[in-house]
Amino acid sequence: MKAEARIGLILLLTPLLLWLSLLIVIPHIDMFLVSLRERVGVGEYRISPANYLTFLTEPLYLRTFARTAIMAMLATLITLLIAFPVSYYIAKMARGRTRSALFLLCLVPFWVSELVRTFGWMILLRETGLISTLLQWAGLADQPVEMLYNDAAIMVGLVYTSMLFMVVPLVTTLESLPDEVIEAGYDLGGTNVSVMREIVIPHATPGIVSGCIVVFMLSLGNYLTPTMLGGKDSLWFTELIYSQFIVRFNWELGAAFGFLLLLLSSLIVWGMLRLTGHTLERTMG
Amino acid sequence: MTQRKAVASSTFALTLAVLAVPASADTLRLLTWGGYAPENVVAKFEEETGHTVEVTLSNNEEMIAKLRATGGGGFDLAQPSQDRIAGPQEEFGIYKPIDLSKIDTSLFIPSMLEATKANTTVGGEIYGVPHVWGTSGLVVNTAAAPGVKDYTDLCAPEVAGKVSYRLKRPTLIGFAFAMGEDPFAAYGDEAAYTEIMDKVEAKLIECKPGVKTYWSGGDELMNLVRSGEVVASMAWDTGGWKLNADNPDITFVAPASGALGWVDTFVLPAKGKADDVAYEWINFVMRPEIAAMITEAAGNFTASKGADEYAADDLKARYQASFPPEALDNIKWYPPVPAGLEAIEGGVLDRVKAAN
Amino acid sequence: MTLPDLECTGLTKRFGTATAVDAVSFDVPPGSFFSILGPSGCGKTTIMRVIAGFLDPDAGDILIRGRSILNTPPNKRPVNMVFQHLALFPMMTIAENIGYGLRRQGMAKAEIARKVDAALDRIGLPGIGARKIDELSGGQKQRVAIARCMVLEPDVLLLDEPLGALDLKLRERMKVELKEMQAAFDTTFVYITHDQSEALVMSDRIAVMNQGRFEQMGTGRELYYRPETAFVAGFVGDTNRWHGRIERVEGDALQLVTDSGLTLRGARHGRALSPGGRAEIFVRPEAIRLTRSAGELAHFDNRMSGRVTALLFNGAASRVLVQAGREEIEVNLPQSGEFADLARGAEVHIGWAGDQGNCFAGTP
Repeated sequence: MKAEARIGLILLLTPLLLWLSLLIVIPHIDMFLVSLRERVGVGEYRISPANYLTFLTEPLYLRTFARTAIMAMLATLITLLIAFPVSYYIAKMARGRTRSALFLLCLVPFWVSELVRTFGWMILLRETGLISTLLQWAGLADQPVEMLYNDAAIMVGLVYTSMLFMVVPLVTTLESLPDEVIEAGYDLGGTNVSVMREIVIPHATPGIVSGCIVVFMLSLGNYLTPTMLGGKDSLWFTELIYSQFIVRFNWELGAAFGFLLLLLSSLIVWGMLRLTGHTLERTMG
Repeated sequence: MTQRKAVASSTFALTLAVLAVPASADTLRLLTWGGYAPENVVAKFEEETGHTVEVTLSNNEEMIAKLRATGGGGFDLAQPSQDRIAGPQEEFGIYKPIDLSKIDTSLFIPSMLEATKANTTVGGEIYGVPHVWGTSGLVVNTAAAPGVKDYTDLCAPEVAGKVSYRLKRPTLIGFAFAMGEDPFAAYGDEAAYTEIMDKVEAKLIECKPGVKTYWSGGDELMNLVRSGEVVASMAWDTGGWKLNADNPDITFVAPASGALGWVDTFVLPAKGKADDVAYEWINFVMRPEIAAMITEAAGNFTASKGADEYAADDLKARYQASFPPEALDNIKWYPPVPAGLEAIEGGVLDRVKAAN
Repeated sequence: MTLPDLECTGLTKRFGTATAVDAVSFDVPPGSFFSILGPSGCGKTTIMRVIAGFLDPDAGDILIRGRSILNTPPNKRPVNMVFQHLALFPMMTIAENIGYGLRRQGMAKAEIARKVDAALDRIGLPGIGARKIDELSGGQKQRVAIARCMVLEPDVLLLDEPLGALDLKLRERMKVELKEMQAAFDTTFVYITHDQSEALVMSDRIAVMNQGRFEQMGTGRELYYRPETAFVAGFVGDTNRWHGRIERVEGDALQLVTDSGLTLRGARHGRALSPGGRAEIFVRPEAIRLTRSAGELAHFDNRMSGRVTALLFNGAASRVLVQAGREEIEVNLPQSGEFADLARGAEVHIGWAGDQGNCFAGTP
C-alpha cells in the first residue's frame, strides 16, 4: 500500500523532474563549465575565472548590467503604477461583462507574437509613423517627431509587454479582499487615501511582490524590445550575451554573462524582498 | 467493414507511393541565406531528383553558431561567406573537405573558383566552392544626400540624424579603408590590426550622434530608406538596387575607397548525412539557367559561368550603373578572417555601442 | 421629550424597477436595541447600507439626533457598522484594528493606546492587543469587531447579522453577550437578522420587514402574541396555519371551515372579516392542549381526536404531530412525565380555546 503510494508519487513527479533536470539544471551546469574555460590558442582551452574577471574589470559590461537592471526596475515600477488602478477597477468596481471585457483587453496583446507587437510600436512611434503624423496634422509639431530609438521607447515597449503579468496577480489578490473590509475602512472614518494605504495595499502586497518579480525578470531578460525600440543606445545586457554567443563566437564569455545575469538578478530580487520585509515563501504561499 | 477497406486501400496506395520514389531518395537539409534557394528552384530539383529539400534561413554568424553547437551536425549543406570558413574550421572543426571530383567545375567562373579554393584551404584540404557573390557599400538617396561618396561621408554634418549603418564588422572594415588604412593587410598582425581598429573606434564614436539607428536587419533598413527617414546608409548592393526600382533617386553607390566584396560558398558540415545529395544540389544550382533563377530571387550574381546571359536587363543596367569598370577593379575582397580577430572587433563594437 | 438617536422617514430605495425599500419610517430611542427582522431579500440589508451611507436613498430622510446625515459621506457619519463577516482587517493586529478609527481621527498615539486598552478590558479580552486576527476564536472576533466600532463612540451602531457565521452554541451565548455589551456601552444598536430568536431575545423593539415594507413594529411580546398581519403571525414563532372559508361571525369570534374540511373556531381580534370570505387561521402549538381522554377538553371550543404520527423530541420544546382528519397538527408535548410513554400511532385528544385561533383575511 505504502509502496504503491510512493510509486504514484514518483510517477507524478517524473515529468517535472525530467523537465527541471533536462531543460534547466543540466544546461546550466554545462553553461557554468563553459563559462570557466579560457581560450589560450586555436582550439586550446584551460580552466580559469578569466571570463568572470573580464566582467568585473571591464566597466562597459558592469555599466551595461547596471543600466539594464535600473531600467528593468523602472519598468517594473511604471508597470505597477499603471496596473494597480486598472486591476483595482477590474477586481473591485467592474461587474459582469465589463469586467470580462477589460480582462480580455489586457490579454489581447498576447494573441500576437512579441515581434509583431514590437513592430506595431515601431509603426506608431517612428518619424514617419502614426503619432508623428497626427501631431503634425493637429499642428502640435511643425516637423516630423522621432519617438523611436530612445530609452523612453524601450520603456513603453517593456511596460506594454509586462502589463498582463502584473495585472493577473494583482486582480487575484484584490479579488480576495472582501468588499466588506474596504467598506469597514470607510465606515470607521477612512478616506480614499488611507483606505488604500492601510487596507488595500497591505492586502495586495503578495500580489504586488510576485507581479514585480515576474515583470522585473521578464524585463531584465527581454531581448527583442530593447534591441528593436532602443536603437543605437539600447545597450541591454541580453544583447551583450547574444553578441558574445552568436557574433563573437565567444561562448565562454557569453556563458559567464548568462550566469552572472542569473546570479545578479536573483540577488536583486532577494535584496528587494529583504528590503520590503518579505520572504519568497510568504509571497508565493 | 468500410473502415477496413479504407485502411487496406490506403496501405496499398502508400506502398505504391514508396515504390514510385527512386531508391536513393534523400532529404537535403540546407542552411542558407534568404533568396538562395527559392521555391521554384527547390521544386524543380525535387521533381528532377526525387529528393526533398529542407531550407533553413540564416546569416553568417548564426550558421557558424548553429554548426558549432552541434559539432557540425543537423545540416547537410551550408553557405557561409568564404572568409568565414578557414578560421572556424581551424578553431571548431565544423566542416568536412569537399571532393572536387564530384563537382562539375566547368560550371564555375574559373577565377572565382580558384580564389575561393585558395581562401578555404585548411591543412591542404579544400572546404568551399563559390556560389553567390556581391558587395557591400553605400545606399544613397542621391537627391537628398548628394555628398555621400564614401563611408566616412556618413559622418558629415549635412546628413546628421539621417544616416544608418550596421554595428558589425563590415562597418569597421569599410571605415578603415575609407580612413586610408588597409585592415586586410593587418589581418595577420594583431597589434597593427588593434591600432587600426582603435582609430576606427574613435571615428565611429565621433560619428555616433549623427546616426539615426544601427540597423540590424535588411527589411528594417529598407523601411528606413524607403520612408525617407534615412538618406544614406551602409548596405548591400542588392538592397540599393531593389530600392532603385521603387525610387530612381535611391541607388547603390560603390564607395570611393572601394566596395567590400564577399562570396557566399557551399560547405559540407562535418556531420552532414547526405553528401551525395549536397553535390547533386551544387551541380544543379550552378547550371546557368538555374543560377539565373537564383539571381532573380536574391538580386545577386552567381559564380555560374554564362548565367549573366539569362539575367534580367534592368538588373544588369543597375549593376553597370553602380559599378563602372574602375569601381569593379577597386572591390576589396574579404580574405579569410583569422580565428580570434572577432574578439578585437567585438570590444570595439561594444565600446561604440556604449559611447554617448 | 428626548430626540430619537435614529429616525428614518419615508426611506425609499429602488434598484432599477425593483423597489428594495418602500417608504419605510421608524425611529429608535436612545440607548435601545432595535431589530429589523425579515426573510432574506426583504430589503433589510439595503436599509442598513443606506443608513451607513454606502447607498443613497431615492427618497426619504435619515436623521441622527435630529440632524439629517443624507449629505454626509460614510466616513463622516456618527454611525458605525459591524459587518456580517465582521470585516476585521487581517493585515493589522487586534490593537491596530481597534485603533484604526481613532488614528483616522488624528488622535495622539498615547491616547489611542489608552482607549484601545480600555476597550479590550471592556470586552473582557485584556492584553491581547498585539495578537493577530486569525489567532482569535469566532466569539472573540465578534467582540473585537464591536469594540472597534465602540471606541469611536458612535451615536448608532449598526449590526448586519453578525452572528450568522457562528455555530449554534456560540450563537446562543453571543445573543446574551451582545445584549450585555449594548447595556455596558449604553449605545443605540440597530440589528438586522432573519433569525427571529436573535431578534426576540435581544431587542427592545423589533420591526418585521417583508418585501420592502415594515409589516409591524413592536416589542417581541407584541409581535408574538398580537401579530397584526398574516405575515407576522407566520414569520414570528412557530404556528399551525390553515386556509379556509368563514362560515359565521359572532362578535369577535368566528367559525371557519378549512380547505381540508376541518371546522374550527377562531377570533378576528377586531379585523374586518365577514361570512363567506377567505381567511387564514394561525394556532400556536403551545396553545393546543394534549390529553388522553376527551373529557378534559370539555371547556375548549375546538376539540378533536387523532393519532400521533411523529414525535419531535427537542427537550422543553418537544412537539408531536397529530393526524386529525386530513390535517396534521403540531402540538406542544408537555414534559411533565404524563406523556413519557407516548408512542407513534397512539390515540390522543387535542383542544384549544377559540380566541387562540388568530384569523386574518386570506387570499381567495
